[in-house]
Amino acid sequence: MAHAYTPGLKVLHETIINKERRLPLKGTVTVEKGQAVTPDDIVATTDLPGNVQMVNVANILNIDAADIHEAMQVKEGMKVKKGEQIAETKGLFGLFKSNVEAPVDSTVEVISDVTGQIVLREPPIPVEIDAYISGHIQDVIPEEGVMIKSEGVFIQGIFGIGGESRGELATLTDSREDEISAAMITPEMKGKIIVGGSLISLSAYKKALQLQVAGVVVGGFNYFDLEEILGYTLGVAITGQEDLITSLILTEGYGKIRMGQRTFELLKENHGKFASVNGATQIRAGVIRPEIVIPLKKEELKGDQKDADASEGIQAGSLVRVIRAPYFGRMGKVIELPSDLRKMESETMVRVAIIEIDGENIDIPRANLEMVETD
Amino acid sequence: MEIKSILATDCGSTTTKAILIEKIADEYRLAVRGEAPTTVEAPFEDVTKGVLNAVMEVEELAGRKLLNGDQIITPRNGADGVDIYISTSSAGGGLQMMVAGVVKSMTGESAERAALGAGSIVMDVLASNDGRKPHEKITRIRQLRPDMILLSGGIDGGTTKHVVELAEILAAANPKPRLGQNFKLPVIYAGNKKATENIKETLGTITDLDITENIRPVLERENLKPSRDKIHDLFMEHVMQQAPGYKKLMTWTDAPIMPTPGAVGALIEMVAEKEDISVVGVDIGGATTDIFSVFQKQFNRTVSANLGMSYSICNVLAETGLKNVLRWVPFDIDEKELTNRIGNKMIRPTTVPQSLEELVIEQAIAREALRLSFIQHKSFAVNLKGVQKERTISDAFEQTDSGESLVDMMELDLMIGSGGVLSHAPRREQSARMLIDSFLPEGITQLAVDSIFMMPQLGVMANIEKEDLAKDARKAAIEVFEKDCLIHLGTCIAPVGPSKSGTAVLTAELTLPGGSTERHEIKFGDIVRIEVPYEPVNAKLTPGKGMDIGAGKNETIETTIYGGVVGIILDGRGRPMTISTDPQQRIADLTKWSNAVNEYPEIKV
Repeated sequence: MAHAYTPGLKVLHETIINKERRLPLKGTVTVEKGQAVTPDDIVATTDLPGNVQMVNVANILNIDAADIHEAMQVKEGMKVKKGEQIAETKGLFGLFKSNVEAPVDSTVEVISDVTGQIVLREPPIPVEIDAYISGHIQDVIPEEGVMIKSEGVFIQGIFGIGGESRGELATLTDSREDEISAAMITPEMKGKIIVGGSLISLSAYKKALQLQVAGVVVGGFNYFDLEEILGYTLGVAITGQEDLITSLILTEGYGKIRMGQRTFELLKENHGKFASVNGATQIRAGVIRPEIVIPLKKEELKGDQKDADASEGIQAGSLVRVIRAPYFGRMGKVIELPSDLRKMESETMVRVAIIEIDGENIDIPRANLEMVETD
Repeated sequence: MEIKSILATDCGSTTTKAILIEKIADEYRLAVRGEAPTTVEAPFEDVTKGVLNAVMEVEELAGRKLLNGDQIITPRNGADGVDIYISTSSAGGGLQMMVAGVVKSMTGESAERAALGAGSIVMDVLASNDGRKPHEKITRIRQLRPDMILLSGGIDGGTTKHVVELAEILAAANPKPRLGQNFKLPVIYAGNKKATENIKETLGTITDLDITENIRPVLERENLKPSRDKIHDLFMEHVMQQAPGYKKLMTWTDAPIMPTPGAVGALIEMVAEKEDISVVGVDIGGATTDIFSVFQKQFNRTVSANLGMSYSICNVLAETGLKNVLRWVPFDIDEKELTNRIGNKMIRPTTVPQSLEELVIEQAIAREALRLSFIQHKSFAVNLKGVQKERTISDAFEQTDSGESLVDMMELDLMIGSGGVLSHAPRREQSARMLIDSFLPEGITQLAVDSIFMMPQLGVMANIEKEDLAKDARKAAIEVFEKDCLIHLGTCIAPVGPSKSGTAVLTAELTLPGGSTERHEIKFGDIVRIEVPYEPVNAKLTPGKGMDIGAGKNETIETTIYGGVVGIILDGRGRPMTISTDPQQRIADLTKWSNAVNEYPEIKV
């Protein structure tokens, strides 16, 4: 049977979710294998090397770089306090001395008699990694981090902004076609993850920010409105570092696009449950998509799980979504995967899939299809 | 040894392409090609698997044995195997470097030129006068994690203080390489000889320091080759060693593996040298656009890191503005709708234009990506050696800052396009129009596309250093380049000068291959396409009053030009070209130009 690999976004009602939580540098893991964790629990800590300050002592004292050691009052490896005098000239008959003070609390790392500058390193910066989702510690990577295992709902979005966030899910719209309006967002939404249908307007998202909503999950958002949120035009889809209280996850794309039916239903079913979301997106090699994770309790699990990493190709009968104009956003069923190249209206020769959309069979380039992976 | 067959691969980030070149009746030609997905990333993590898969396809198509199990048969053994095997690579993000120089516009720029010429992406240029405070530079170095750093600064015998200061900043940042956690970062020092000992003291223990000749021994001369060679050596010794499977691949090849853009550059340099012509080559990809040029025998390469057709398509929009994209679109479209569509292409980068409208929009964006990349290239490809007289430091500063671009479009002889949007455009006329509209060639310029992106492999071939192989390999590279690699689109003839609508700007009298003659008079604002295959055409070209087609104002040129799959394009739209800001006029002009070259099927709006 004809078969084509078409990556799709995952919408799974029950799956095993493995999350790696890793430190940027080696450090200490603070939990043990098998231990239960909640999203706010710290699982590992480390210290990043402190910032470096360079001070050109020779320039300040107006001496030759080669004479710096004579003027220095501290040695390499010594700790200094902010404001502490660290170098001084002899002056003229002991008068008219000039000196240099440490600009920050730091350690003297290098004193250079070539350039006359010294390198001061500030104290290390502590870093903590939390669990992000609730679950159990599946594995400990010594000195580096942990692997957390959880079971529950796993949904991928297409694009997001803002990093990790968490809160109770609140579905605001009745249908997947409705927009989230500013009026729907009330002070009770603070700290929650709100879910809507086809679009959130700029004004509604701004209100969510103002009311400290934890996250928004919605079908679409206008691309040009991003600029006002981010303060710059988004040129490449690499996000997650934005300093936003309200993470935004789009399940479909830019523009007003109704949310996928299964996605909307699944989120609605879990209204009121606690979810962890991450808007971080990276569309390059090693693609990262934004995600919504809803860990479920044992009694809530039905036991009909699907592997979150398993990806199937499309074949006759598969449910697919068109991801480019002119049929953008439409869902359909694959009728056939012909092997010959076909000519599109643009005259591009491509391999197509014949899709049934609203009772009509249409040729769509396979590259413009997304598998809808549901369970 | 006489080379009869050559196998070459290019390991890209997504696809590994293999070509087989055979010598038939004293002529090297492309026999077959094959491709397979690159296997650098999980679950395979071994580049040689993809190479073998691609070679297997070649083997099947060629109908002879090239592999013996997991080994490429080399040297040839009767009918089996090949005489040499070579490869290029850009997998795993290619070669990523940071460069440093004392004065940004002098040694900083020279270092950047050397790194780019070697095929690297330059992540940042650090300089003593770049306006950043030391701690900002340190943070930047730590964030970027380059594959290697090229440090330069100072002329030989000059002051050492500034370049040592830069070394101290590098040392304080204590940078780690991108690949291979437990290795020291390779650093090349190519600065003031007098500072070498101090540099060794500062960086010798914490980095893998390599010293080479000064990149700028005197103010007025660049000495890039030693640094470029050193970058290639370290790329092989360090970077490639860390990439999965490359250690094995390196033992297979008969010449060092080159970074893909480095190989393309080498080929373009060679073609320009052999034909004694000026060349511009462009490769527009999903994330970046590379431009290579040779003018006045000087090679330059630039990478516009965020001007591409998918991953960075929104950045093209951000940099040029919607208005500039829309000026190439011959129909009305809602601006909000258009930006959402472009945004959706960024987040779903592998989609293809199904409707004609989508294709036109994509090609409009490509024009802008190419135009902006070329602006960057022109400002980088400047002449350092312009005036051969003694000068003071301040003169030199001035010269570099206002340095005249080497790029002279009137001098340009050949323009080669590659990359999906140019190589795979449904009609070759579209490729020709995109090249003309974005680069605005002047006078007489040949246009071509590299349809299957063979230039990287040919570039390595042209650079084989082994004495017994070099001559044949170079011959093979040139022959295949001319006969199989390039698709000759044709020649563009564009008069330059002031004119106004309805005035004749060019008269072309052509004697076609069959002996028939044609006469065309081009009016300002018009384009004419003459269908002629890639064969010599005798042309008498007479510019309109005040116009220049390369021999000076009002000067007639009699020469031989070539047609191609598109033919000869007489472009009377003027240089610089202006597009009407009145939407109705713009749409009328664009439609007229499209129809003149048969660019699109009829656009229904």
